Amino acid sequence: MEDAATSEAPGRYVVCPKCDALYRARSVPKGGVAACVRCHTVLAAPRRKAGMLIICLALATLILIVAAIFFPFLTLETRGFSSSASLLDIALSFSGGGLRLLVFLMLAVVLALPAMRAALLTYVLVPLVFDRPPRPLAAPAFRMAANLKPWAMAEVFGIGCAVALVKITDLAQVALGQAFWMFSVLVALVVIQDRFLCSWSVWNALSPRKTS
Amino acid sequence: MERALAQKDILTAREARLVGCRHCAEAWPFGTTRCERCGSRLSSRDNKSLQRVWAWWIAGLICYIPANTEPMLRTRTLFHEEESTIVGGAVELYEHGDPLIALIILAASVGIPVAKFLCIAYLALSITRGTDRSPLARHRMYDVVEYIGRWSMIDVFVVAILSSLVHFSAVASVSPGPASLAFALSVVFTMLSAQSFDSRLIWDRPDTARPAH
Repeated sequence: MEDAATSEAPGRYVVCPKCDALYRARSVPKGGVAACVRCHTVLAAPRRKAGMLIICLALATLILIVAAIFFPFLTLETRGFSSSASLLDIALSFSGGGLRLLVFLMLAVVLALPAMRAALLTYVLVPLVFDRPPRPLAAPAFRMAANLKPWAMAEVFGIGCAVALVKITDLAQVALGQAFWMFSVLVALVVIQDRFLCSWSVWNALSPRKTS
Repeated sequence: MERALAQKDILTAREARLVGCRHCAEAWPFGTTRCERCGSRLSSRDNKSLQRVWAWWIAGLICYIPANTEPMLRTRTLFHEEESTIVGGAVELYEHGDPLIALIILAASVGIPVAKFLCIAYLALSITRGTDRSPLARHRMYDVVEYIGRWSMIDVFVVAILSSLVHFSAVASVSPGPASLAFALSVVFTMLSAQSFDSRLIWDRPDTARPAH
């Protein structure tokens, strides 16, 4: 590994991760977008004050996830009967008859993985925003956060709720619980957070590269 | 780096004897095995990629069969019990006068998964067999497949929400059927299949398509 930095100094180039096109690294102004010329993959899109914003959103996400577990999520009422379900109940609806695997899968993709991603992002970004040296293991933590992204499906669950509501409304009266609103906010936060996260900038901050 | 820098002929990292990191976009000399910046493993082209794509693809397809033949929802009312598959449920909705929602459900749980299987298979075959379609068109297809994968989980979530809510003890209750597990696994496997695909292979010219490293 030592001879890696001899002939081609790292930090001089940027390689499109999707199509392997090679570009000379240059600093991208805040608010600008650098996209790969041939496959249009966004390579860098730094935003002003993005770090602080992402930390705030990640912390809010964590709080909301914990809250959304316990508060009633949806309440159904029809002719005197009423039943309400929390997020935990919704996941546990798979607990009967050999579907137990789905309980874990669902708790993971709806709650655990989004929470973990938020925690990892906070861990990585807090020292960067406050101009401190990166925490130990910040690089693998940020890599893991990126890997988790497709598996954190809070927003997919949000749309699922909307579909389920459409299906139920002609059957019974549905009341939206506190957790439903918390979860709606959470979905919005996750979406905004992803729009502001520029991983190129984070990698640069974790190990500064020389840009011309 | 900016859009203004439109080059006619783009040099790839591979042609420049470099390896690009697929995580942090850093360039390393050819033959480097691990990115020093982010620690991820480097390979100029992932030549096990297609094997993994097909393995997950087949696993996904196998799970997709019971997802359609087994019941997705069990509805129990006071006097009878009813089981419906994905397609059966949609047909029922259609007959009960809700054709629009029936079509949406059909599109989401049959149309999109089938299209996804076909697209991944086409992309993988286009690498080994060649194709007339432009790399950009295929790259777009790949982006769409990768983006849309996770949204198929909606179906499973809807089943979970319905069965946790519709629980009026003796009068009516809804519970998930085995198809929900099969469908969820099928979604997970197709996501893994799409993620295994090395999109850089799309852009390789035929003469460099079979890399050594």
